[in-house]
Amino acid sequence: MRFVAVIKEDCPTCKLAVPALAEMRAAGLELEIVTQDEPAFPRGLAPRHDADLLESHRLKIEIVPTVILYDPTGAEQSRTYGWNKADWRAITGLSSLGESLPENQPGCGALNLTPGIAEKLALASGDLKLHARSIPVADDADPIEVAYDRGWTDGLPIVPPTDLRVARMLAGTKRRPDETIGLIPPNLVACTVEKAAINAVMAGCRPEYLPMLIGAIEAALQPEFAMHGLLCTLAFSGPMIIGNGPVTRRIGMNSGGNALGQGNRANATIGRAFQLIIRNVGGGRPGEIDRAVLGQPGKYTFCFAEDESDPDWVPLSVARGVAPGESAVTMFHADGVTGFVDQKSRDPETLCQSLAMQLWSVSHPRLARWGNAVLVLAPNHYQIFKDGGWGRAEIEAGLHRALKRPAAGLLEGAGHPLGITPAQAEAYSDADGMVDKFHPGGLLIVRAGGPGGLMSAVIGGWTGGRNNAEVRPVTRKLEEI
Amino acid sequence: MSGYAMRDPTAETAAVLRERRPPPADLAGETVALLSISKERSDEFMDALEPLIQAAGVKTIRFKKPTHTKPAPDQIIQDIVASADIVVEALAD
Repeated sequence: MRFVAVIKEDCPTCKLAVPALAEMRAAGLELEIVTQDEPAFPRGLAPRHDADLLESHRLKIEIVPTVILYDPTGAEQSRTYGWNKADWRAITGLSSLGESLPENQPGCGALNLTPGIAEKLALASGDLKLHARSIPVADDADPIEVAYDRGWTDGLPIVPPTDLRVARMLAGTKRRPDETIGLIPPNLVACTVEKAAINAVMAGCRPEYLPMLIGAIEAALQPEFAMHGLLCTLAFSGPMIIGNGPVTRRIGMNSGGNALGQGNRANATIGRAFQLIIRNVGGGRPGEIDRAVLGQPGKYTFCFAEDESDPDWVPLSVARGVAPGESAVTMFHADGVTGFVDQKSRDPETLCQSLAMQLWSVSHPRLARWGNAVLVLAPNHYQIFKDGGWGRAEIEAGLHRALKRPAAGLLEGAGHPLGITPAQAEAYSDADGMVDKFHPGGLLIVRAGGPGGLMSAVIGGWTGGRNNAEVRPVTRKLEEI
Repeated sequence: MSGYAMRDPTAETAAVLRERRPPPADLAGETVALLSISKERSDEFMDALEPLIQAAGVKTIRFKKPTHTKPAPDQIIQDIVASADIVVEALAD
């Protein structure tokens, strides 16, 4: 029988329990005292200093004091933590232990669990093994410049992915570091959770963003998202992430003022991390397989959350099949943001007509079912619909009505060489000879933005979306939040 | 060295650059695969090209990707390798 007690001086309960430890020694029990902070504490009881806290880590100490009882084979038999007179008496077998002490006093947090130290200990103990190649940085070299030289960045500086930062990032998920998330195009290389975490560090993510990033990767790797095609297209598009559900609020994503702009860490870094993974793991680089003629600034990062503050509003994720209250991610093939300003429409029908004018310009005003689109309804425009008693279903139906045009006027050669082909006109026309602007389900409506202006945004979609059997936005519930 | 190190964010794979096969000196007896990537008017381009190649006495064989938005399936690549010596891949809009 052997006992180990782990304590620290900076803990009133440990100080309180010192007489009990002395009694255990006096009673002839084999007791090792391990101190986490002050090497000489408690004086006179010959403690051993756990300077690097590795022993505490190995013993999985969470609270001090902790007393552990080992059987003669060296196996742990039981443990108690904090000060509880009955528990200490039971574990030691000393029926009068701590007679003068109170019945109970909760312990303190163990030093080895101090934020930032736990991951250091996981690395030092070998409990967490990183598998990615370690790249030494010379004394006189700047790690950020090394990252540039190695082609790891999107043009902006990265946060150097040191072991400790990667370990802290990995604490943001319960998934194993060596678990494969999927095969990243174009090179179809397996992306492990660890590789995702490394790129998340570089992008500036906090650990709690990791589940949303992993969810975005999983969504983008669905065949119908056609991530390879999106990457290598000549067109402007890049992957855009829309977050829904409680996780967006918990990690502080912006769905309000400037939601599509700069200044929010979660929005900025989750989208950036995704693109760094495509670049670094998948090998998708501009000028190589990314053949964009112009690109657009959203290819650095394009990520925001939906405003779900109005209980009357059906969020995008729910409209696309995810249960209310669940967190979800939607991936969209996004061109840039086009501002829509209408300060005159005052009723839903008029606003729909107005929005339809703007939405018809997606890809080109003479093309139909050529690309999908996201309409970002800002609060003041949304209020016009709400005041008119319109919710998502009515807005979608109203826009569908407003987004019909006569096929005959859009035919190629009818006033302009560009237009829909006779075959498309035949395939897409309804009984009245009218065509829809978008494929069914091709217009996604999401609420975001701040108050103060009668404006919204149209985010046009990739021209690859004209093949809607092959290319569609993807919405997935986040399994881990 | 200070011991400062970073973890590699890449796939840690090295690309193998292979030399392009030299073009054949003579097309006599060769077969040319015409691979449409399935973009609009790819076929139109191939339809214009094919008779010109055939007029030179060269055999042609047509292939088509199911969609231009995704890489060609392995089966198509294998079929081309098995049946042709030269490939013309048409991007068209």
